[in-house]
Amino acid sequence: MTNRNGLRKHTIIALVEDRPGVLNRIASKWRQRGFNIESLAVGHSEKQGLSRMTFVVDASTDAEQVVKQVDKLIDVVDIRDISEEDIVSRELALIKVRADRSNRSQILEIVDIFHAEIVDVAPDSIIIEATGDEDKIDSLVQLLEDFEVIELVRTGRVAMLCGPAVSHPPEHEEPERYQGFEPPYTAK
Amino acid sequence: MEMTGAQMVMEGLLREGVEHIFGLPGGANLPLYDAIPQYHPKIRHYLVKHEQAAAHAADAYARVTGKAGVCFGTSGPGATNLVTGIANAWMDSVPLVCITGAVIKALLGRDGFQEADITGITIPITKHNYLVMDAEEIPQVIREAFHVATTGRPGPVLVDIPRDVFQQKAEFYWPEKVELRGYRPRLYPDPDEVAKAAELIEQSERPVLISGHGIHIAGAYHEVKELAEKANLPVITTLLGISGFPGTHPLYMGMPGMHGMYWNNIAISESDLVIGAGMRFDDRVTGRLKDFAPNAKIIHIEIDPAEVGKNVRPAATLQGDARICLQQLNKLVKSRERPDWFSHLDELKRAHPSIAIRDTDEVLPQYVIRSIYEATGGDCYIVTGVGQHQMWAAQYFWYDKPNSFVTSGGLGTMGFEVPAAMGVQVAKPGEVVWSICGDGGFMMTLQELATIAEYGWPIKFAIINNETLGMVRQWQDLFYKNNIVATPLKNPDFVKLAEAFGILGLRAERKEEVGPVIDQAMNHAGPVLVDFRVKHDENCYPMVPPGAALHETIDLPAAPREEVKVR
Repeated sequence: MTNRNGLRKHTIIALVEDRPGVLNRIASKWRQRGFNIESLAVGHSEKQGLSRMTFVVDASTDAEQVVKQVDKLIDVVDIRDISEEDIVSRELALIKVRADRSNRSQILEIVDIFHAEIVDVAPDSIIIEATGDEDKIDSLVQLLEDFEVIELVRTGRVAMLCGPAVSHPPEHEEPERYQGFEPPYTAK
Repeated sequence: MEMTGAQMVMEGLLREGVEHIFGLPGGANLPLYDAIPQYHPKIRHYLVKHEQAAAHAADAYARVTGKAGVCFGTSGPGATNLVTGIANAWMDSVPLVCITGAVIKALLGRDGFQEADITGITIPITKHNYLVMDAEEIPQVIREAFHVATTGRPGPVLVDIPRDVFQQKAEFYWPEKVELRGYRPRLYPDPDEVAKAAELIEQSERPVLISGHGIHIAGAYHEVKELAEKANLPVITTLLGISGFPGTHPLYMGMPGMHGMYWNNIAISESDLVIGAGMRFDDRVTGRLKDFAPNAKIIHIEIDPAEVGKNVRPAATLQGDARICLQQLNKLVKSRERPDWFSHLDELKRAHPSIAIRDTDEVLPQYVIRSIYEATGGDCYIVTGVGQHQMWAAQYFWYDKPNSFVTSGGLGTMGFEVPAAMGVQVAKPGEVVWSICGDGGFMMTLQELATIAEYGWPIKFAIINNETLGMVRQWQDLFYKNNIVATPLKNPDFVKLAEAFGILGLRAERKEEVGPVIDQAMNHAGPVLVDFRVKHDENCYPMVPPGAALHETIDLPAAPREEVKVR
């Protein structure tokens, strides 16, 4: 949980069906309430046909209600606000910096300190790849601003719970009594 | 068996037990209509005049049968015309399956003729929706659509099918089971919470039970009555909860909230326990939320986890199907007398007779509603639109027949009354259906009189004609310094209008005409429209002003209480 502009953020992870429109449905729930999604990362999960998302939402608003609304979506298998839990969170940034013979070594020094990498070198620019939490990326970018940052791209946060815990209930724990039950609506 | 996509839709509907469809054809869903005769008369299609009516009719059909309502519309404007009806079903948790045609796959997203991104448009107002790109998926999608629409907290589902997918041939495979990883509605409450709730009820000196639409949805009529009688609880029903508890039962208290009974709003404010069963503590029920039931602990019986803790913080939460929750609770609840509380409530009722009808020369709208009650003895279905007439129909009618009050609650859709009455009459062919209409709302969907005349549905329309958008005028009167803007209506001659559609048109202008005209309408075998010319500026009371708390309810000026006679 980082601080920016004095606001706390909510880190939310979700396991969703890998289908067209899922992102639209989820984003729609946040939009309806006027919540801004600060970052969003989506990719395949360890399960076939399911994607895992991490999104960071401005937490000056109460996110609990929207998390419940999103959980109701048919395509959302599981969603969880992990802001208060022990998590590992990372993001990746590519930073293109103006660099020539005169200042390249100074930049390399900073890159070294941050355990970042140079992934492209041109006569008057370099591209730096950095991984870490947002604070680390922020500090790196701040230091590099002395050299003129030409372009910056960040993936947004990806997060995972610490320890063996997983971000969705194991499927075998589905209570048996809920299965094969006649829908009450039609059972009048 | 090989079938076209269109045949698969019809076959799927048949297997889901669908008997009635409301719809309107167009270019994109023509192949679907081509397949209808093959399934007639097992599945009957009713041609409406506007797709909104198809959605409302299917919605009302679903409300009174408990089965999903089905409507068809074509692409583009056909689909967007359904939107109001879908939103209405969404707000009131009604299972609806809407099947729309879409432009051919190659034209999707290219502004093809009559294209509208209806799956995109309806994301916020459907429980789920589908765009089917391959006919092979149709049986699975239809099966899922009905499963999602009718289980858990019900809601509308839209299935959008491009024209060429309707025409595509594929093998029909019907899945027996629906497996959705992300959808497993919880039906059984936590036993600890049930025990806690039973204890709270036992300890309570001044409880109220507020029962809602969930009682109808879960079919928990017997269970809610058992709870009330066993634990001796006064029963309040929300607008959509009306007819979930017998209207003439000694424990019945009527409706709460904005136009609820004065005694109910005071009782809730003074109560030490509120049991909300199958209701969501809507703003029209709670008044100013922070002052809602300030002294009460809350038990919330609710199927939707997202409703729990949304507006109020319950002391005990029974998350599950209302019927199952109440069955569990009834096992533990102990009987208890509460003479002080009940005599206090009786005193409140005596001192504030919220629904007394004044003796006037003009026809009061309340008088019309009560006259319909007296003429029918309550043995009919009442359908309403939205506004003053709706509130009066909720206040001045005693609903003993379960699920006999059909109204647009959450969305508050004027014009619901006409097509909804069609849905109810189709679902209940032998029953009397009275559609109580506002003159404003009636004008929004009156084109369906043609549909009603065509099929000969014997619906009785009572237009509460005050020549104004009454509820809006009331707000202008009370909260906008009586600055009457854009609310007076220049109506057509409703009797002539009815006759133009081939429907019997009647009128009552004086009080003594009301009863005979109602009798005449009841004795007529076909559809009837009655134009009740009522007092123009009657306000609906009691009323909780917007933003006020329940204890700040404005009561009706005191008037003597009358006895209601039922013939």
